[in-house]
Amino acid sequence: MTQQFYVSPEQLMKDRADFARKGIARGRSVVVLTCRDGIAFVAENPSPSLHKLGEIYDRIGFAAVGKYNEFESLRQAGVRYADVRGYSYAREDVTARGLASVYAQSLGSVFTADGKPFEVELAVAEVGKEPYADHLYRLTYDGSIADESNYVVMGGQAEVVNDSLARTWSPDTTFHEAIRVAVRALSATRQPPEGTSGQAAEAVQAAQDPAQGTEVLGAGLLEVAVLDRDPLSTRGTVRAFRRIGTVELDRLLSSAEGD
Amino acid sequence: MVPTDPAHTVAAEAGSSFSEHLSRHHPELLPSARRLGTAPAGSASAAAPQATTIVSLTYAGGVLMAGDRRATMGNMIASRHIRKVFPADSYSVLGIAGTAGLALDMIRLFQVELEHYEKIEGTPMSLDGKSNRLAAMVRQNLPLALQGLAVIPLFAGFDLERHTGRMFSYDVTGGRYEEYEHHSVGSGSVFARGALKKLWRPGLDQDEAVRIAVESLYDAADDDSATGGPDLVRQLWPVVYVVNSAGMREIPERELHQLAEDLVSRRSAAGREA
Repeated sequence: MTQQFYVSPEQLMKDRADFARKGIARGRSVVVLTCRDGIAFVAENPSPSLHKLGEIYDRIGFAAVGKYNEFESLRQAGVRYADVRGYSYAREDVTARGLASVYAQSLGSVFTADGKPFEVELAVAEVGKEPYADHLYRLTYDGSIADESNYVVMGGQAEVVNDSLARTWSPDTTFHEAIRVAVRALSATRQPPEGTSGQAAEAVQAAQDPAQGTEVLGAGLLEVAVLDRDPLSTRGTVRAFRRIGTVELDRLLSSAEGD
Repeated sequence: MVPTDPAHTVAAEAGSSFSEHLSRHHPELLPSARRLGTAPAGSASAAAPQATTIVSLTYAGGVLMAGDRRATMGNMIASRHIRKVFPADSYSVLGIAGTAGLALDMIRLFQVELEHYEKIEGTPMSLDGKSNRLAAMVRQNLPLALQGLAVIPLFAGFDLERHTGRMFSYDVTGGRYEEYEHHSVGSGSVFARGALKKLWRPGLDQDEAVRIAVESLYDAADDDSATGGPDLVRQLWPVVYVVNSAGMREIPERELHQLAEDLVSRRSAAGREA
């Protein structure tokens, strides 16, 4: 029998975390932000069919960055969990908190027990009747779960996007305004700081007026979806999740330039 | 350990059917998983409420489904308020005659089945696909149907590819039959069909179609004791859904109230036996 080399648990976990982080950092960013009309999901995603954003249940949406096959299987597992729960209990008994804790458990057990950790980061959002009842959860590759407020940024250059959102996000906006804010924040990553490093350079970079300096991402490079706060009265359905198609998005973004 | 093909395992797990997922992981939740044991055939139907008449008809630009509000148990009225027509998804509706308890569970399962597929696949199921899934569910119920607990659905929807309203009827073995013009199921269906044969004509508009559906249910209630007519005392009207290219919509109660009152006063004024 061959003897295995001893690797300390700290080293093992650190190696796995580094591996997962590297995988996630390669991906493009996703923003989930709350506003007056509900919750908006904005992702930089050139593919019109390989979605990073998805519907889980009536008031619950899903966003992910990382490896497509891994987060897609997690999304499908989430839909199954929610549908079984809603079918065997009642539709109101499906909550983002329950779903997020299931995700945390499966991500955590894969991180410690399986050969390779999932190279994904997830956000689970539930829209409430009022803005204070919104829930945003961020789940990372090791199964850590964080209850976020206002907005969540995930993916490659999350810090740049976060800096931009920190200055521009405000709670009392419509979907249109929130989506424009998110698109501008995502566009801030388009011009990575060249030859310079550190916070100062990034701050200068991000502070540029996007309308003048940075190239704003076009509708073809974006995937956008929203969770309506009151879908029953606006669309006559209990399902709050709605995708914003390229045509509608294009109109929305071009009207922003006209302002 | 038995060597398994990993690609096969992944494909087997990645189904988009909710009822298949239930039968694999939570078989106790399926309505068809209920077993009566050795109850003699036919004895169960008198012990459980039975849902009665459903009518469906096509009109210019869509299809409509309507159901009365009565459930019976033997010679008793079990419910005056029961709803037997439900939206299946945004472009299809479903009405059920037969054992009410099993039927309502089947409707709930079917609704989740369609929504589940749409969420997993990212696109809605085709109308033919939906009607085939329903046939599979009815077939699963066959053992109970042979013991007297039959569930007979009627399915109608708007076909977004053909741009037309379509209807499907079923038998207890899961046989699926496309119906044209109009169809009805349940205890009062014979009388409702007689009325529809005289009232239906090609190219009806939506308002006329709703009026005809209400009238055919009135005729069914007139001759079938298990079908409830419009209840002016309790203010209960049939449940009517229309499906067209804009999606499905329930006809509001005040419109049905008006239609039922007009119908009753017209018949009273005529003063004839039928």
